[in-house]
Amino acid sequence: MTRISNAFSKPALVCFVTAGDGDTAANLDALIEGGADVIELGMPFTDPMADGPAIQEANLRALAKRTTTADIFALAAQFRLRHPDVPLILMGYANPMIRRGPEWFADECAKAGVDGVICVDIPPEEDQALGPALRAKGVAPIRLATPTTDAKRLPQVLEGSDGFVYYVSVAGITGKQQAATASIEDAVAKLKASTDLPIAVGFGVRTPEQASAIAKVADGVVVGSALVELVGKHGANAPSALKELTSALANAVHSAR
Amino acid sequence: MNKPSPNSFRTQPDERGHFGDYGGRYVAETLMPLILDLEKEYRAAQADPAYKAEFDDLLEHYVGRPSPLYHAERLTEAVGGAQIWFKRDELNHTGAHKINNCIGQILLAIRMGKTRIIAETGAGQHGVATATVCARFGLPCVIYMGATDVARQQPNVFRMKLLGAEVVPVTSGGATLKDAMNEGLRDWVANVHDTFYIIGTAAGPHPYPEMVRDFQSVIGTEARAQMLDRTGRLPDLLVACIGGGSNALGLFHPFLDDADVKMLGVEAAGHGLDGDEHAASLTGGAPGVLHGNKTYLLQDEDGQITDGHSISAGLDYPGIGPEHAWLKESGRVDYTSVTDDEALEGFQLLCRTEGIIPALEPSHAIAAVAKVAKEMPDDAIILANLCGRGDKDIFTVAEALGVDI
Ligand SMILES: Cc1ncc(COP(=O)(O)O)c(C=O)c1O
Repeated sequence: MTRISNAFSKPALVCFVTAGDGDTAANLDALIEGGADVIELGMPFTDPMADGPAIQEANLRALAKRTTTADIFALAAQFRLRHPDVPLILMGYANPMIRRGPEWFADECAKAGVDGVICVDIPPEEDQALGPALRAKGVAPIRLATPTTDAKRLPQVLEGSDGFVYYVSVAGITGKQQAATASIEDAVAKLKASTDLPIAVGFGVRTPEQASAIAKVADGVVVGSALVELVGKHGANAPSALKELTSALANAVHSAR
Repeated sequence: MNKPSPNSFRTQPDERGHFGDYGGRYVAETLMPLILDLEKEYRAAQADPAYKAEFDDLLEHYVGRPSPLYHAERLTEAVGGAQIWFKRDELNHTGAHKINNCIGQILLAIRMGKTRIIAETGAGQHGVATATVCARFGLPCVIYMGATDVARQQPNVFRMKLLGAEVVPVTSGGATLKDAMNEGLRDWVANVHDTFYIIGTAAGPHPYPEMVRDFQSVIGTEARAQMLDRTGRLPDLLVACIGGGSNALGLFHPFLDDADVKMLGVEAAGHGLDGDEHAASLTGGAPGVLHGNKTYLLQDEDGQITDGHSISAGLDYPGIGPEHAWLKESGRVDYTSVTDDEALEGFQLLCRTEGIIPALEPSHAIAAVAKVAKEMPDDAIILANLCGRGDKDIFTVAEALGVDI
């Protein structure tokens, strides 16, 4: 987990792609070459309820290629060998994570060198479904905070959260909407007052300009759909396009402050 | 270790919305504050006599309740064995039990000041019922429906449009009910400030399974009183079909503590449980998390959800309400399944013996009744839920029987 805190010692670019979509290993390497500081690897699911069309389609493409949970852990383990210092986070939905039992999943994460897990549909209320198993293996359960998370609820979200806090800047699904920078700044300030964990902000971030504005106020910027769309458009040839967008984003994030 | 059997089967869920291991609130953080708020509002409504009075009044004068309890004598004679009785919820306004729940939820939406209604639908019955109450209360309404279902349930699509609803065909995934529910949830997260999501079955995050069950319990409450009134006794066996499980819970729940009343839930076996083309989550699935609750699901070994299949669009949901998962494990209710072909036979049997054209969903219950009645003595009583009428299904049935209309 020190990998995560090291990565957030300066403004960090967090990049999301879906496992099994395109040449995933090459895509991940391209993100690193472009300057990504943290990798979020999406676990494809048949029913990605919180995702917009771009990531939904990436899920379907990955599943159409019969990407299995074993394939995802193999990708993770190989990534860890190639990039020993870059934090790797798995992001996805509860059912594939708990299918063989939370202990099995946590164990596989630890073995593959996964640093943290973001499970979209396990709120603090259902933490027992996965949280204790992850903590027992030293894998960070990373929670989401949203514009609907009010002050009363926030402590419950932060309690048992680890690694970083993912602030979802819009109430909605992943994809095209953008949040106003002022509201993000305000929300990040409130989070910072309640936790020492780094705050990464995502949902709707597509351009270096947006990334730069967010990096001025938050510890990290998450970009997902914009990258996933490139994989959708270029397929196996996505790495060069990914590297190009990532380096523009990384420059913007790293020079923001 | 022997778990002490609970004193009552009617006290679920617990305060966290869990039915034993099942149920709960497995939703994205964006939705969490909303469903907590919904629960609070539902508790307040439950405690408000005016809310209950308005619900009862609409059920009586708008829906047409109480629905009759009917002794199907010719069917009984044709099958041989136990007496077969039906709760006639197909006579409700809009032709199915779905409207009971929609009345309860729209009254709650109005209490909460919501101005826009969304819903998912499979067969289109819940969509029609939702569009109906939205027209009745003058609220705009968006219905998400899998593109596959739009194609096979055209009459209901047209009904919804006549009622003023916008029907959005969903093309993601397998383009059926579960995908429509995903799209409903996506709409809801993006429009939480003004939108109320009327879920159509006893599934989804807490408090939906409890709330939908409560609204549908009017079925069992009426039937219990009617049966006592007509025969001086309780039935020996209750039978109902299960998609997500709302009509079954509505019938079963008021009887759960009547220890001598047995219950049988009937899932859709499609082309048979030995293959992949069925929708029997309890009898052919495994526990998992989908659409906000933990329950039995059709899924592969990696937890990917598989598409259900049934001749009945209202039954091919790959999950089941969490209370059924708990009732199965507690042993209180038995579950079985019926194939497409058996359901078609049940459908025709009821048409010809009783002059009632049932929906394909309760045709599954009828087929199961025909099987078990034979094994029971003449003085035994079976009560089945006739939860929908078959007008919407005549094209599907014609096709299955190889008839051009
Ligand atoms: C007539 C009828 N019965 C049953 C169902 C299945 O739902 P449930 O199991 O919630 O009763 C449907 C769903 O569309 C229906 O239209």
